[in-house]
Amino acid sequence: MSSLKKLTQKRLFLPVFSMILVMLINVIYDAACGNAPFNFFMITIKNGVLYGRLIDILNRGTEAAILAIGMTLVVSSSAGTDISVGSVMSLYGGMCCMLLAGFGNVNVSSYAVPLIVGIGAGLLTACACGLFNGFLVAYMNIQPMVATLILWSAGRAIGLLLCNSQIVYVRVPSFQKIGGYVGFIPTPIIVAALCILVASLVLKFTALGTYIQSVGINKKASRIAGFNSAKIILLCYVICGLCAGLAGMVATSRIYSADTNNIGLNLELDAILAVALGGNSLGGGKFNLAGSLIGAYTIQAIDTTLLALGVSTAQSPVFKAIVVILIVVIQSEPAKEFFKKMSKRRAMAKGATQA
Amino acid sequence: MKKTKINSNNLLLLITIVLFVVMYAGGCVIYAAKGFTRLQTFLNILINNAGLICIASGMTCVMLTGGIDISVGSLVAMDCMIMAVGIEQWGWSSPVLMVFILAIGLVFGLVQGFCIAYLDIQPFIVTMAGMFFARGMTAVICKNQVSIVSDKIFTTLSSMKITLPFGGYVNKKGVMQMPYLRVTVIVALVVVVLIYLMLKYTKFGRSIYAIGGNQQSATLMGLNVKKTKLKAYILSSFLTSIGGICYCLNTMAGTTQQALGLEMDAISSAVIGGTLLTGGVGNVFGSLVGVLINGTISSLVKTNGKLISSWSNIITAILLCFFIVLQSVFAKIKDSKK
Repeated sequence: MSSLKKLTQKRLFLPVFSMILVMLINVIYDAACGNAPFNFFMITIKNGVLYGRLIDILNRGTEAAILAIGMTLVVSSSAGTDISVGSVMSLYGGMCCMLLAGFGNVNVSSYAVPLIVGIGAGLLTACACGLFNGFLVAYMNIQPMVATLILWSAGRAIGLLLCNSQIVYVRVPSFQKIGGYVGFIPTPIIVAALCILVASLVLKFTALGTYIQSVGINKKASRIAGFNSAKIILLCYVICGLCAGLAGMVATSRIYSADTNNIGLNLELDAILAVALGGNSLGGGKFNLAGSLIGAYTIQAIDTTLLALGVSTAQSPVFKAIVVILIVVIQSEPAKEFFKKMSKRRAMAKGATQA
Repeated sequence: MKKTKINSNNLLLLITIVLFVVMYAGGCVIYAAKGFTRLQTFLNILINNAGLICIASGMTCVMLTGGIDISVGSLVAMDCMIMAVGIEQWGWSSPVLMVFILAIGLVFGLVQGFCIAYLDIQPFIVTMAGMFFARGMTAVICKNQVSIVSDKIFTTLSSMKITLPFGGYVNKKGVMQMPYLRVTVIVALVVVVLIYLMLKYTKFGRSIYAIGGNQQSATLMGLNVKKTKLKAYILSSFLTSIGGICYCLNTMAGTTQQALGLEMDAISSAVIGGTLLTGGVGNVFGSLVGVLINGTISSLVKTNGKLISSWSNIITAILLCFFIVLQSVFAKIKDSKK
C-alpha cells in the first residue's frame, strides 16, 4: 500500500499513467476487434520504411513535442503561456517558402535562394517573434497571454500577406526531406530527438534550468539574489520562438508547401495541454521537461487512437476535452484533499474494525 | 451633477473613443465616394457584429474577475449548429430551440464555472477544454453545413428590418433608401445597457470588480468569491448563447468551422476597450467601442477593396499592441505614485 502511495506521488506518475491508459485502451480495442492484441506495438518495415502505430505517434507528435520544450520553459519562468506559437509556425512557413519560391511565385520546382537561407531566415523570423513576445512580457510587465495575443493574431496574418493569401508549393525533393525519411526512419523523429537531446543537455550541464525555476518561483527574490530576471524570461521566450520555428520547419516540409491558414492551427493548445498533462503547474516555478514531452506524445496517442477507433478528426475534440477535464480535476487541490479525506476515513474504519 | 475625474482608467476609455471617432472620420473623408459617410455603413457594422457585442459583454464580466473564457467561439458554433439541425432535421420550432440553447449556455457556464471557482483549476485550461468540447460536439451533431430555410419565425426575425425615420439617401434609381437596423442589434444594445447597469449598481456587479481588484481583500471583506466567480462564468456562457442566436440570425446556417477565432475578437475588443486582463478595471461600454473599432477596421479594408483581408487582422494586432503597452505604462505610473 505504501509503495503504491509513493508511486502516485512521483511527479511523472500522472503523465506516464495516462500514457499507459491510452495504450491499454488500444490493446483492448484490438483484442475486441479480433486483431492481434498487441497490434498497437507492432513495428514492421513496409516499403523500406518503419511502419506501425507507435512510429506514427512518434512521427506525428514531433511538432507538439518540440513546442512543448519551449512552452515548458515559458510557463516555468513567466507563469503564463505563449499562445502565439501556432501562428509563428505558420509565419515560418510563409517566410521560408516565400524566399525559396521567390516572391510572387506559387508553385516552383527549383529554389530561388539556397535551402539553408530559406530555413535560416524562417528560424530568424521565429526568434524575432519570440524576442518581441519576451520584450513585452519581461520588460513591459504585460501578462504573457495578452502579450502573445498580438502575435497570435498578427503572425498568421503576416504569413498570409507574405504568400499573398495563396498556398506556396515548393516541389523540390531536398525540401521534403525534413518531413520525409532518412533511410528507414522518419526524419521528424530524428529532429525531435535532436531538439530534446540539446534541450536536456543544456538544462543538465548549465545552470539555466535552475535560474528559470528560481525566476518562476519568485521573480523579485531572484533579482535580489543577483539574477537578471527580465533577461532570463526574455531568453525563455526566444527559445520558445525558436522551437516554434523548428516545429514550423517540420510541418512545412511535411506538406512541402506554406499553407499559412492551416499550419500549426490550434497547436498552441496542444502544447499548453502537454505542459499541464506533464504534471507542471501552469502557475510557474518548478518544471519537468520529461513530463511535458510524455504529455505531448500522450496527446498524439489519444488522437491516433481516436482515429483508429473510427472517430473523425472533427469529432475527436470532444473526447480530448473530456480527457483534459478528468486529468485536471484529478490534479486539482480540492480533489486531492477529497481523496485524502476518503483514504483517512477508510483507514479509520479499518482501525475501528481491528479494535 | 458629480464631476468625474479623469484617471488612468477612464482615460483609456477616452482614448479608445477618440480613436474610434478619428478612424471613422478618416474613413468618411477618404472613402466618401464609396458611400462610407452613409448612416447605413455605420449601422452595418452594428448589424454584422451584434453577436460579438453580446459575447464581448460577457467576456468583459469574466475578465473583470481576472479570468478568461476562450470557449465562446466554439460555443457559438455549437449554438448555430443546434439551431440549424434543430429546425431542419429535428423539426423543432425556433422559440423552443432558443430556450433550449439558452439553457445549454447556462449548463455550460455552470460546469466551467464550477471547475474554475470550486476546484481551483486555471480558467484558461478549463475553458480550453470547453472550447474543444463545443467544437467537437458541433461535428458530432452534424458534419455538414446546414442552412436554415424552413422555420417561418426564424426567417422573419432574420430578415426583419427596423427602418429609421432619418438619415436616408437617394440611390441610383432615384429611390429613397432609409437606413435600417436588425432585431439582433436591438438585442445587443439592450444586453450592453443591462450589463452596464448590473456592473454599476448591483451587489453582484460590485463584487466582480472587488474580486478582480484584489481577491484576498475581497475575501476578507466577506464576499463570497467562489460564488461570484461561478456566476460570472454562467453569465458569460449565457450571453454567449444569446450572441450565438444573434450570430445565427446573421448567417442562417450551422457549420463546424463557424466562428473560428471569435474568442480572440471578443478578448481583443475588451482589451482595446480598456479592460485589464488582470481584472478589476474595465467597462462594458468600452468593450462595445472596442467591437466597433474592430468592425470599422474590417469595414475600411473591405471598402478599399484592393487590400488582402489579413490586413484587418494586422491592423487590429497593431492597435492591440498599442493599447496593451499603454495600459502597462499607466500601471507603471500608478505604481510609482504609491
